[in-house]
Amino acid sequence: MSFLDTFFNAAVMARYAPDILRGLLVTIRLAALVVVTGLGTGLALALLRSLGIRPLNWAIVFVVDAFRALPPLIIIVLIYFGLPGAGWAPSPFVSTWVSLALVLMAFAEEIFWAGLTAIPAGQWEAARSTGLGFGQTLAHVVLPQALRLTIPPLTNRTIAITKGTALGSVVALSEILGAASSAVSNSYNPSPLTLGTAAYLVLFIPVVAFGRWVETRFAWKR
Amino acid sequence: MIQARAIHKHFGALHVLRGVDLAVAERELVFVIGPSGSGKSTLLRCLNRLEEPSSGSIVIDGIDLLDKRTDINRVRQRIGMVFQSFNLYPHMTALGNVTLAVRKVGGKSRAEADAIGLAALERVGLADRADHHPAQLSGGQQQRVAIARAVALEPRVMLFDEPTSALDPELVGGVLKVMRELRESGMTMVVVSHEMGFARSAADRVIFMADGAIVEQGTPEAVFGAPVEARTRAFIGQIQRHA
Repeated sequence: MSFLDTFFNAAVMARYAPDILRGLLVTIRLAALVVVTGLGTGLALALLRSLGIRPLNWAIVFVVDAFRALPPLIIIVLIYFGLPGAGWAPSPFVSTWVSLALVLMAFAEEIFWAGLTAIPAGQWEAARSTGLGFGQTLAHVVLPQALRLTIPPLTNRTIAITKGTALGSVVALSEILGAASSAVSNSYNPSPLTLGTAAYLVLFIPVVAFGRWVETRFAWKR
Repeated sequence: MIQARAIHKHFGALHVLRGVDLAVAERELVFVIGPSGSGKSTLLRCLNRLEEPSSGSIVIDGIDLLDKRTDINRVRQRIGMVFQSFNLYPHMTALGNVTLAVRKVGGKSRAEADAIGLAALERVGLADRADHHPAQLSGGQQQRVAIARAVALEPRVMLFDEPTSALDPELVGGVLKVMRELRESGMTMVVVSHEMGFARSAADRVIFMADGAIVEQGTPEAVFGAPVEARTRAFIGQIQRHA
């Protein structure tokens, strides 16, 4: 069998393209949910941490460190195979979503927190001295500056973790890789993997480009 | 206008203010000098509770600053503060810097706040820079915007913490001119600075601090011309040699 027949078999590709497309839609939904919930909860934790309540901060740091330390695949497997024993049996989709969101939350919290602490104390003092409260200073002065600082590391991390949606194939989630793998097994031909690769490129190159655009858009005049 | 009594401040084991009494009359300009580490900046920062005094009492414009029931954010509108390092918000224009608290604390609409902010920028001679970001302004211009940010809230008192120390020499004049105009408009001011020329021409009273206490105070002529205490003499001799 020639290389072209093996990896670019038009008949096989045509037959399994609808499966890969369905997988692509699953990946898009999953990725969008992971990004929104992961970044949202990460920012919420960083803001909670800025209140400086010590026992709460210990808890936040413990959770964040745990999810930064654990490989995402382990978390997915634990949730999918472990939680049913505790009375909740999440679907493959929910297991993957929750796992990746937790990991993104942990990294995002650390990045947001680093951004918040990088803002000089003088900014807080200047704002507070005009009568702005803690929350107002955070919302109007500190957070806007911190968010700009965090955009480059945040886009990198978000892309890296969102690509982890492929791990869902391990718990039989028919996202791009899952759909492609089944197609490979059924057709005895790896061409669906080529399609899957193309699907990832189609999905993530715009995401990477968007990240770059956001970085330039929010760099303020210095 | 300001009555501060027996102010003590400890930073851990460090006793930074050792029972400072300071009374400032309405429309008075009090100038505070002293060696680095003498507690003058800490004293100033206690006057709007950026630092919490360890003990003592502070009453400003009839309001007990250290009373737990006092809404510190309300009081701080009445006490303008200008910092050595300007501390402008880099993500906002000059006008945005000046109007933020006018809107969020003063409760003014954006249109009202913009009018107030432009008037404040006009006062410091920078109305034409309203839409510039801080990074596009010189240090002197940034400090004048910072003064406008405080003035826009119509404070009863203005506190200046070494407002010209971070400026190149040729930019100091513009800032001092704005401060002089503020003083002529009747603003009560407490100024921590080493600008002796400004003190001589604009201050009603000069206070010399050392080791967390007021060592000597009097008119500029008295303190600079004929200091009584040996430490004051030594300090003034030093800064005049370098001036």
